[in-house]
Amino acid sequence: MPRFLSLVVLVAAWAITAALAQSRLLPGPLAVGATTLAEIRSGELPFQMACTLGRVIGSFAIAMILGSIAGYAMGRSKTLDRFADSWLVVLINMPALVVIIFAYIWIGLNETAAILAVAINKLPNVIVVMREGARALDPEIDEMASAFQFTRFKKLRHVVIPQLAPYLAASSRSGLSIVWKIVLVVELLGRPNGVGFVLGSAFSLFDMAKILSYAICFIVLMLVIEGFVVQPLERRANRWRRRLA
Amino acid sequence: MSCNRLNDAQTAGDAALLELRIDAKSYRSADGTPVEVVRGLKLRLEAGSFGALIGPSGCGKTTILRIAAGLDADFRGELQRPRSGRLGMVFQEPRLLAWRTVEQNIRLALPAERAGVDLTDLAEILGLRDHLARYPGELSLGLARRVAIARAFAVDPDFLLLDEPFVSLDEATADRLRNELAALTTRTEVTTLFVTHDLPEAVQLADRLFFLSDRPTRIILEKELSPSRGMRSKDMVASISDEMRALAAQAERSN
Repeated sequence: MPRFLSLVVLVAAWAITAALAQSRLLPGPLAVGATTLAEIRSGELPFQMACTLGRVIGSFAIAMILGSIAGYAMGRSKTLDRFADSWLVVLINMPALVVIIFAYIWIGLNETAAILAVAINKLPNVIVVMREGARALDPEIDEMASAFQFTRFKKLRHVVIPQLAPYLAASSRSGLSIVWKIVLVVELLGRPNGVGFVLGSAFSLFDMAKILSYAICFIVLMLVIEGFVVQPLERRANRWRRRLA
Repeated sequence: MSCNRLNDAQTAGDAALLELRIDAKSYRSADGTPVEVVRGLKLRLEAGSFGALIGPSGCGKTTILRIAAGLDADFRGELQRPRSGRLGMVFQEPRLLAWRTVEQNIRLALPAERAGVDLTDLAEILGLRDHLARYPGELSLGLARRVAIARAFAVDPDFLLLDEPFVSLDEATADRLRNELAALTTRTEVTTLFVTHDLPEAVQLADRLFFLSDRPTRIILEKELSPSRGMRSKDMVASISDEMRALAAQAERSN
């Protein structure tokens, strides 16, 4: 309820400001709503959102899979950690824009470059979190698993992944928001479609209603994914914790 | 530095199921100096027998047990136990998977050929029948210990290792669990090595006692007990314990 109320206050403040300003540069909620409806009817908005969402999912998946493997390996092996740590520092501090420009120049203005550029931007963050997770694995449980001769697969599924689940959840939550923000930049710089591309062209026309309607729709979509996919998965992974006496 | 081997026992039947010789075992402490934990320890257990290692806290009992389990290969000496033998182990802490139910915890330890085996009897004996669907975090320490014992027996081990499984339990619970353990080891004829610092507990359960010295640990006294385990009354256990305590003290002095 407070959450809903805060949303109402926000929209009301926006409407009042827009009414007072009476400017083309700040359309009110009604104008933005009308633009959104028109864009949805024409099929333009769903198409552009689908393009962006596809890129988000692709780069998110690549970053999570590679990042988890690398992070786990670095958390388990001191030698590897010392070896790869400086690469990780470089990767963390590389500006997103630089990675995107390199990818477009070296790979070309195509989908592969776009998705890879985003994945590489997200990767170091996943690695850092998963490395912490791998370091925190319980050595006593490990010993139990080897005493009872757990197979590799059994150990991964029942011993390692459940212990890493909170770290996976943390990195995928922060990951999703980083990824979609960077995807928009990638689209702005070198893709002929997607929300980022639309925002770029709307910017050159000073079409604020369009910018606001696309931005809001995409934020809503991401919140829906967070609330209906990420959170339920997290709850499922943590159900044993909630029963603690 | 390690030159241990796992060998098949040469002969079946009465042959030793476990032969362990630790010439030296040390580890590096946090500041880098080597600490010698075990020196010149020899231990032999016959198939189906129950041996107890008794020693003061911190004398390296757990280290010896981990070596016997094959979990630690970094020692000088030799470990022989049948390669085909299945190991069941009860650690000092229950070491359950907190994110799996009690039943899953037990089943996960099972080797492939025992998957789907009926656990009702075992759960009944250990009083776990009503707790199979619960998570370890909901259990008391006593119950969690029972789960750990159930897990070790569920694999139908040829060789069972227990590391002070009854510490920090109240005496009544510990006593009940001791009786359950005695019944299970007798019934399954499993070869057992048990670590404890509690002499009466060892006398109640074991066929053979191994008294350990302080660090670096070795065996100062080895005693076969009679009458056979399970046949000793409470009074007998008490009197044997007194007798053993005196013998152990004497052995310690003469060293």
